[in-house]
Amino acid sequence: MTHSLIHWFRFASPQSFYPLAGKLVPWFWALAALTGAAGLYIGFFVAPTDAQQGEGYRIIFVHVPASWMSMFIYLVMAFWAGLGLVLNTRLSGMMAQALAPTGALMAALSLWTGALWGKPMWGAWWVWDARLTSELILFFLYIGFIALQAAIDDPRRADKAGAVLALVGVVNIPIIYFSVKWWNTLHQGSTINLNKAPSMATTMLWGMLLMALCFWMYSIAVALMRARAIILERERHTEWVKHALD
Amino acid sequence: MKPRQKRIAIIVGGLASLGIAAALLLNALDSNIALYVTPTEVAAGKAPQGKAFRIGGLVKEGSIQRNDMTVRFIMTDTAKDIPVAFTGILPDLFKEGKGAVAQGKLDAGGVFVASEVLAKHDENYMPPEAKAAVDAAQKK
Repeated sequence: MTHSLIHWFRFASPQSFYPLAGKLVPWFWALAALTGAAGLYIGFFVAPTDAQQGEGYRIIFVHVPASWMSMFIYLVMAFWAGLGLVLNTRLSGMMAQALAPTGALMAALSLWTGALWGKPMWGAWWVWDARLTSELILFFLYIGFIALQAAIDDPRRADKAGAVLALVGVVNIPIIYFSVKWWNTLHQGSTINLNKAPSMATTMLWGMLLMALCFWMYSIAVALMRARAIILERERHTEWVKHALD
Repeated sequence: MKPRQKRIAIIVGGLASLGIAAALLLNALDSNIALYVTPTEVAAGKAPQGKAFRIGGLVKEGSIQRNDMTVRFIMTDTAKDIPVAFTGILPDLFKEGKGAVAQGKLDAGGVFVASEVLAKHDENYMPPEAKAAVDAAQKK
């Protein structure tokens, strides 16, 4: 095993991860506040009105970052869950557990802001379209993961059961992402693509990317705080926790 | 194989078979997942007979006629046209030349009688000045 690997594995132990996370949290909060303030300012005051949708399009500054985060957090959660199954590390399950509520929040935010936009623009709060339905399933997967973990008392067994559910649910992520390409949907195609220039005015794009960054920083900060609380709860019988709280 | 490698193999194998199962399932469900059928598919007889369904396409330029609360327009995918009749309030983004989705039934005369009309927005966002410039460029 190389030197750098040993170094990284050191933080896989809850005892050394706890203070590291504590040091990182304020930085992520500060970055979230900065990017959020800049993103909201551009979103509300700098970005021009849309030619067709008028002011209503400004929902994208929350809707799009929330939808991206809801999908990405699921992938990270499933990654930790899978790592926990393979390596049997204690921290992996805690990380997956710490990410789930934020992911559920993002999915709910995405569905809710989408409904608020859908009524004036499409003429319907909700349509059983492939994009909307698969995002709703993602929300239920998060809720199911949280419920399953909470239902099993032994944390190690709870982690294993949750990990299997999280990994099975990964199938849904490409379905959400590609739904607008594979099927006729009411939801429009993606504006930001890797293989072509975004079909959006530059200031609008900047506002959206800053908000996306803000959501990233917020999610990391909250997940780390939650992970710290989970570590304390699960390791409460150990000597180091007793000393850490003194 | 070490137990760890065995677990990796089980997870990778499990995910792969799950992915294949999902792909097959979605492939089989394909026509049911689509929210709407296009006018060409209706002309080819792919629309459900005697049942409500949705058609999607562009609202043909110059085809909107209003008569009291009833709106008549032509839904097109540039290859085939379908006349649509709808009584009710249209969403703001419903415009000629733009996408729309209508739910309803085909009557005996081949007119699609809609109970609900939704506007379909495209993925382009631009300020009004840029829109005017694009429109002017297209007219040339």
